[in-house]
Amino acid sequence: MAKQVRQLDRVVIRFAGDSGDGMQLTGDRFTSETAQLGNDISTLPNFPAEIRAPAGTLPGVSSFQVHFADTDILTPGDAPNVLVAMNPAALKANVGDLPRGADIIVNTDEFTKRNLTKVGYAANPLEDGSLDGYSLHPVALTAMTIGALADHDVSKKDAERAKNMFALGLLSWMYSRPYDSTLRFLERKFAARPELVAANIAAFKAGWNFGETTEDFGVRYEVKPAKMSPGTYRNITGNQALSLGLVAAGVRSGLPVFLGAYPITPASDILHELSKHKRFGVTTMQAEDEIAAIGAALGASYGGSLGITTTSGPGVALKGETISLAVALELPLVIIDVQRAGPSTGLPTKTEQADLNMALFGRHGEAPVAVVAPRSPSDCFFAALEAARIALTYRTPVILLSDNYVANGSEPWLLPEVDSLPDLRVEFATEPNGEDGKTFLPYLRDPVTMARPWAIPGTPGLEHRIGGLEKADKTGDISYDPANHDFMVRTRAARIEGIPVPDIEVEDPDGDARTLVLGWGSTYGPIGAACRALRQRGLPIAQAHLRHLSPMPANLGEVLKGYDRVVIPEMNLGQLAHVIRARFLVDAIPYNQVSGLPFTAAKLESMLEEVVKNG
Amino acid sequence: MAEPVAVKLTQKDFKSDQEVRWCPGCGDYAILAAVQSFMPELKIPRERTVFVSGIGCSSRFPYYMNTYGMHSIHGRAPAIATGLSVSRPDLSVWVVTGDGDALSIGGNHLIHALRRNVNLKILLFNNRIYGLTKGQYSPTSEIGKITKSTPVGSADSPFNPLSLALGAEATFVARTLDSDRKHLQSVLRAAAEHNGSAFVEIYQNCNIFNDGAFETLKDPATRDEYLIRLEHGQPITFGADGQRCVVHPPGGFGLEVRDTASVDPADIVVHDATVSEPAYAFALSRLPGLDLRNTPIGVFRKVDRPSYDELVVSQVETAKAKATGTPEDQLAGLLTTGDTWTIL
Repeated sequence: MAKQVRQLDRVVIRFAGDSGDGMQLTGDRFTSETAQLGNDISTLPNFPAEIRAPAGTLPGVSSFQVHFADTDILTPGDAPNVLVAMNPAALKANVGDLPRGADIIVNTDEFTKRNLTKVGYAANPLEDGSLDGYSLHPVALTAMTIGALADHDVSKKDAERAKNMFALGLLSWMYSRPYDSTLRFLERKFAARPELVAANIAAFKAGWNFGETTEDFGVRYEVKPAKMSPGTYRNITGNQALSLGLVAAGVRSGLPVFLGAYPITPASDILHELSKHKRFGVTTMQAEDEIAAIGAALGASYGGSLGITTTSGPGVALKGETISLAVALELPLVIIDVQRAGPSTGLPTKTEQADLNMALFGRHGEAPVAVVAPRSPSDCFFAALEAARIALTYRTPVILLSDNYVANGSEPWLLPEVDSLPDLRVEFATEPNGEDGKTFLPYLRDPVTMARPWAIPGTPGLEHRIGGLEKADKTGDISYDPANHDFMVRTRAARIEGIPVPDIEVEDPDGDARTLVLGWGSTYGPIGAACRALRQRGLPIAQAHLRHLSPMPANLGEVLKGYDRVVIPEMNLGQLAHVIRARFLVDAIPYNQVSGLPFTAAKLESMLEEVVKNG
Repeated sequence: MAEPVAVKLTQKDFKSDQEVRWCPGCGDYAILAAVQSFMPELKIPRERTVFVSGIGCSSRFPYYMNTYGMHSIHGRAPAIATGLSVSRPDLSVWVVTGDGDALSIGGNHLIHALRRNVNLKILLFNNRIYGLTKGQYSPTSEIGKITKSTPVGSADSPFNPLSLALGAEATFVARTLDSDRKHLQSVLRAAAEHNGSAFVEIYQNCNIFNDGAFETLKDPATRDEYLIRLEHGQPITFGADGQRCVVHPPGGFGLEVRDTASVDPADIVVHDATVSEPAYAFALSRLPGLDLRNTPIGVFRKVDRPSYDELVVSQVETAKAKATGTPEDQLAGLLTTGDTWTIL
């Protein structure tokens, strides 16, 4: 029977199962196949903090959502068109997010009485009519996988574990995905165990063939490649892009990179990734605690490395005292905060933007630092370079605020030419700078950057002492002089405020919007998608997005005053809104969500529609 | 490790232009003078010497040394110095710390620097009191100590800094006295020559808040009875005429002090700092009583183990040696790793 092929412009698929079911890997492979085909993509993994929560329970559900389209897209999608549910828990945890009519593919083998009871299903939802509004596809995924692998030399357990590949094969068939990259991936992943390569490939093909032969799946879909700029692409997560950006900063500055880190979700992957790139002169140290991690990074900066520390909110809290020391020492230091939901341990695998106040203000004394935030997974690469540029040029700590949403989400990335990346070379001090030609003044500033000389140990004639005690202007000697302290405090503030950052750009295609949406960091995607949707419906709206939170772009005040209304959506209780109101006396309207999940475009769209229409 | 070169330096070269501001009579002056006069013999240029300190009276030390120096944060000097040392193996990095700085707020960093065997020379000035904050008890103060914060006596048991360092398997552990310049310098010399972490406890008198804490070890009338001067390869005897000695009683875990006359000379422990098992040096560290009787000074332990710095640097150097092409080419290769696709 020839299957019907239907064209779609976009699809959102969510793979959901037990944390041990391999859903992250399945989603990742599907994404890679989709990237190969040339669709635009955005992904959102969502997994529990527990490594292996009890099997079959709601807290153990792990999911991966992928949105792909024939046009450029900005978010992983609000509501899935397709749910793959590997067990009753996965169905129960996710069905509420589905619009009526969505496809649900379930693994019927897991819908046993015991598993149903475990998640509180009194009756089997596959049979009680509660899913009548959806297009339900019951598939005996486990049994068919085991059956397909009957002739393979693998244990029953290994055969059963290949069921995610069966599901991937089925979905790959449904959406006409090219699967060469998956076969190559399996060959790499199980290189040491050829029998598993064969079994997983067989399971994948069984799933594909099942789609092709079964009557339950009468339609096959295609999503044509998106029109994207020419060039070479790869799909990349924020944490990967950030790591590559830090390596690139080392290459472009010509400095050794030193990362001090203590494992913490969701930042640990940056430590893992950077530890693989020693050949670039990258040293990674897993320190005994967060404080040691930043201390070692600062020590390395003092010695002439690009010192970096990576962490999440709880770690930044612990590093505060050392950041203040770096402010006093005026040395380059990059602090990466991959934000997660707080306070305290909070929701370690969920996203939030609630560390902005801490980044801007969370230190003792007047201790200003530069703060930057990436807007998307691939933008993490450029944000890392920008953080390094500011740190090296202006000899200051820079906090980079990523978050779990951009860190673990992925999107296609148009790979940049290495030569096009910023030149980050710095000059160490080599000669005395005093008027007598013999003295070295460690706190004599560059008239343009206000940066003090970076005189690294090993440089003859420039021996000097620095420390946390207040320093006299120019000489850096200990000074308790009141006027000097006042001068130094103001100077440290002025040198951060004086860092030139690009003007903020406003996206308002027709130029007639009276409402501006201002965002920062990872909300760029959902805000952008909501604005596009409003404009398509004829409602004018302007969007501006901050990459630099400290200092802020020089034109920001002017831009804000050009609109009747300014709306600031944030995944916190209004931290940027507070700053904007205080600083620019603009009556900004905060819109806040702190659920641990990113905004959906639909939610922002309806909120903004209200503002645009009713003021 | 920082390599010596032909350089002629004197004590004066190591004095900075800063006015020294410890209390008159503080033991820190003696240590500073001893260090400044000892540094020239290392033949390491001043610019390759770095002193890193935390917070406390002792931590002002770097300001007075005409080398590179950093006065950092309370307790964090070992962590900061670790980053510096690992990233700059050409430097000679010294940490100056105190009993509060190293053993209370910074205890974690100290033990981890020691277990990693970072190439740091750590000088712990132990005066058994908080001086800079004006007289609270410290983690080495004796139990029952009456101070501003413990008006009826401290309920804390003190740390034995050497036992702690040995528990962390430090590869070099020694103790010396602020007032004995010759001994102090001999210990500094051994520490400087050691590859890896060298931990040196220096008993230091705080004449303002804990005066005379180590007086019995210094007073000519008592010191011979109280001090055990360890010398590698020599039987451990002490007292004015060597009338006391250290033995390892059969069946016991530790070492004990006996009258030399009462034991078979063959049973007297011959000091060997190179014993790989830290238990021996640990037993030595347990000899002193609360009254400081039987306090060994000198090098307790000096064993060879690759430094953390060497191991980390060699991993990076090995990877760099295997890489081909310019860093830019390598970066371009790294960016295109994995599944890529091209749009024309």
